[in-house]
Amino acid sequence: MEITQQDVEKVAQLARLAVTPAEKDTFARQLSQILTHVDTLNRYETTGVEPTATVMGHVNVFRDDVMRPSLSSDNALANAPEREAEGFVVPKILEER
Amino acid sequence: MSLHKLTLVELQKKFNAGEVTAAEIVRAYSHRISQVEPKVKAFVTHTQESASIQAESLDRKLKGWRKTLPLSGMPLAIKDNICTDGVLTTCSSRMLQNFVPPYDATVIAKLRAQDYVLLGKTNLDEFAMGSSTENSAVGPSRNPWNLQCVPGGSSGGSAAAVAAEECVAALGSDTGGSIRQPAAFCGVVGLKPTYGRVSRYGLVAFASSLDQIGPITRTVADAAFLLGAIAGHDPLDSTSIDRPVPDYRQSLQKRDLKTLRVGVPVEFFTEGINPEVEESVRSAIKELKRLGAEIKEIQLPRTDAAVAVYYVIATAEASSNLARFDGVKFGFRAKETKDLLELYMKTRQEGFGPEVKRRIMLGTYVLSAGYYDAYYGKAQAVRTLICQDFEAAFKEVDLIVTPTAPTPAFKLGEKSEDPLQMYLSDIFTISVNLAGLPAISIPCGFSNAGLPIGLQLIGRAFEEETVLRAAHAYEQSTLWHQKKPPIR
Repeated sequence: MEITQQDVEKVAQLARLAVTPAEKDTFARQLSQILTHVDTLNRYETTGVEPTATVMGHVNVFRDDVMRPSLSSDNALANAPEREAEGFVVPKILEER
Repeated sequence: MSLHKLTLVELQKKFNAGEVTAAEIVRAYSHRISQVEPKVKAFVTHTQESASIQAESLDRKLKGWRKTLPLSGMPLAIKDNICTDGVLTTCSSRMLQNFVPPYDATVIAKLRAQDYVLLGKTNLDEFAMGSSTENSAVGPSRNPWNLQCVPGGSSGGSAAAVAAEECVAALGSDTGGSIRQPAAFCGVVGLKPTYGRVSRYGLVAFASSLDQIGPITRTVADAAFLLGAIAGHDPLDSTSIDRPVPDYRQSLQKRDLKTLRVGVPVEFFTEGINPEVEESVRSAIKELKRLGAEIKEIQLPRTDAAVAVYYVIATAEASSNLARFDGVKFGFRAKETKDLLELYMKTRQEGFGPEVKRRIMLGTYVLSAGYYDAYYGKAQAVRTLICQDFEAAFKEVDLIVTPTAPTPAFKLGEKSEDPLQMYLSDIFTISVNLAGLPAISIPCGFSNAGLPIGLQLIGRAFEEETVLRAAHAYEQSTLWHQKKPPIR
């Protein structure tokens, strides 16, 4: 599979990852190489084979909906890059009208 | 006898008998660390000061009342992707360079309840992505057997610390071989438990369907001991399995391997394997036979698909897991960004290193519209075939034996420019994670250059006892584990 710099740009946007022009070039080359190796999987016939997402076959593990002790808001906010009172501070999201 | 030379089992016995105090143990290890750590660079964060305080308070508590718990006073090192309440947990990433978890991982809570002593947090490839620790944001650790060589990865710091006797034992995590390969490279014992045997709660997630925490130790008995302390169901990890935890040390009692059927997969002894590794592993197989095991050739025909399947599934899961690092709630945040989108994009650009970015990109690509079925769906289907290969093999044999890695430790810088070559070096360990099976790496010889070689024993799901029993019998009859690295 050949990955172009445009592909890299698109995927980087999806991944919320800013990339430099040099990175675009490197990633395009390296991802092409890795995906060419991954393409060898087409040698294996998988029609009708169930996909494995997890080996132990867990489906929907439930617990009782009861109150338990949890982190205090101070503890939860302790690692925040920027905080104010009881919240995380982020740049403005809404445009001025 | 210097305290740092004792195994976990020996040190525990001595401490239990009151022949040594916890403070003396910490002093002995602090001294050892001050001697060798400048060369080995196994640790990211040192906690020897708090370890001393902790040890003294433990000694006071135990004064005149020696009722110790199994791990009381035992000095351990913990891989820096396992959360420790109040102690930096960086994943060797700029993204988490200031992250102090407000809670303990379940494995740490279990160790803490037994009064273990934390000596420090060990280096890894950033977010456990790598096979050499060269992807660490703080620089690589060194192999105690040859400081020009890598210790393996991603749990390279833990393996190097155990080999250099900077701790009595350590915890690592294994997603595609990250406990077993560094254990092989450093000449120590590394055990990846069955998926679901040990809680992953508080392990910073890389690939959730593959990750497991496990012990890295000097002997198989030590690994059995430490596994018993961390295994078990945890309501906080819904993928952990509710099954009783056996007494793993008890399983070591039976020394002869009669009635044990051991399989040798032909696919693991093809091109690409280093001749010295092959020779050591072949002699190890002869030794298992001498101990009474029945050796059978078996087939795992889809082995050559494992690396491709792994790098699709692991990166897909990683791209999703690492989405949480966005500069909002914790961790690194880029400065001077004009809006929220730019905050995300620049934080992730500046916070992640090249390998992590590469995997996020690959994972995002294989999950993206138009490629999901061709890559992610295909890989999941081939994963099923790999699981079926193991199921079929385990109808004929009780244990599978292979090399842990195709070569001994490689030189620093040797593979760091070529990601695919680095990925292919995980070929013998990866399929075990895809199938969720337990496997151990134990020393089985040395190359002519004096580098350790590892033997991998793979068991059926939840049959850690069989794996440990065979590994222990082999270890005790060969004594490779008594050879120590030249570092001092």
